[in-house]
Amino acid sequence: MTDLTGLFLRSVFIENLALSFFLGMCTFLAVSKRVETAFGVGLAMIAVQTVTVPVNNLIYTFVLAPGALSWAGLDDVDLSFLSLIAFIGVIAAMVQVLEMTVEFHAPKLYRALGIFLPLITVNCAILGGTLFMVERSYSFTQSVVYGFGTGVGWALAIVMLASIRERLKYSDIPDGLKGLGISFIVVGIMSLAFMGFSGIG
Amino acid sequence: MSSKLWQTFKTPWIDDNPITLQILGICSALAVTTSLDTALVMAAAVICVLALSGAAVSLIRQHLPRSIRIIVQITIIASLVIVVDQVLKAFAFEISKRLSVFVGLIVTNCIVLGRAEGFAMRNGVLASTFDGIGNGIGYGLILVLVGALREFFGKGSLLGKQILITTAQGGAFEPLHLMLLPPSAFFIIGVIIWVIRNKKPEQIEQSEFEVRSETEVGQQ
Repeated sequence: MTDLTGLFLRSVFIENLALSFFLGMCTFLAVSKRVETAFGVGLAMIAVQTVTVPVNNLIYTFVLAPGALSWAGLDDVDLSFLSLIAFIGVIAAMVQVLEMTVEFHAPKLYRALGIFLPLITVNCAILGGTLFMVERSYSFTQSVVYGFGTGVGWALAIVMLASIRERLKYSDIPDGLKGLGISFIVVGIMSLAFMGFSGIG
Repeated sequence: MSSKLWQTFKTPWIDDNPITLQILGICSALAVTTSLDTALVMAAAVICVLALSGAAVSLIRQHLPRSIRIIVQITIIASLVIVVDQVLKAFAFEISKRLSVFVGLIVTNCIVLGRAEGFAMRNGVLASTFDGIGNGIGYGLILVLVGALREFFGKGSLLGKQILITTAQGGAFEPLHLMLLPPSAFFIIGVIIWVIRNKKPEQIEQSEFEVRSETEVGQQ
């Protein structure tokens, strides 16, 4: 149990996908103008991440990994070169389902998210989470915790950035830095701060 | 080449740069730029995928039902990326190892899907190909610039060749380790955006609230 708690804390703070692996940056910078939308995307991200990482874990263990098809009598089949396509297929399907659900139940959020909801599909944080899960060969339980943790970490980072940017609107920034420029600098400083967590290890 | 194609090709270089203006493809721009050679290879890989995926998506755009378009686009992109990945593994194994997961992550590089969804779905094959290459070049320019800066100040070298002699080797240059760490990439791209927008004032974002002060009015 302590292992899982450790894994959770590590994926939220120390190995924060957004701030120490630069994953999911496009959405991170583009949708963080308002706390409300940032919160919405954060929730969507947690939902997608919590489902896709474990599902991809199952697919990898039982279909794609070298020798994984032994339950079907195919001992020496190695399908791991197909993993990218399989993972991204699962992610895309999940996002499409989520898109329909959000459009139906929360049309206001749907409009606010705009093109960035479909773009969650290509949010590198999601595929990145899956690839890290494979690289570190997590078990199924670990992958559930890891998926949830990375989702929470990413949501935390984007809500924090959005809160900072809401305040930034009132500040007097040099013209060229307005908007995107200053956001990069702010994320840089946030990333410096998060590097402090790496000492906890 | 007609002037319209040339426009499609050229505007993404600086005027409508994917990284500094469209906010697309930032993740890899930050992660693979700790040295110049990885940045160059990454840029080349992305240009290939962008051009081919633009052409492919544009070819089938008339037959693509709206509701499943993303899955289809993604599958096309993922197949192309697998090809690029295998080619890199075959001919440039060293570099492909150093790029690690980030070649695979081209699948989720938002430039590729962003251009497929935003341009190739509405335009002809030729235009989409040129749009892909143009955006790839715009992306590559920033990548190479950031890669060069980070490698030069972080290690004192370019493309692996030592240019400044570091203190460890008896020279006078103290490597800035921060340049190799994540935060520096954010700062560098922030500053690049600042420079570009100073040259191109039309890219400046309108602030939602004007700060009104006597001195500012006086300066203008």
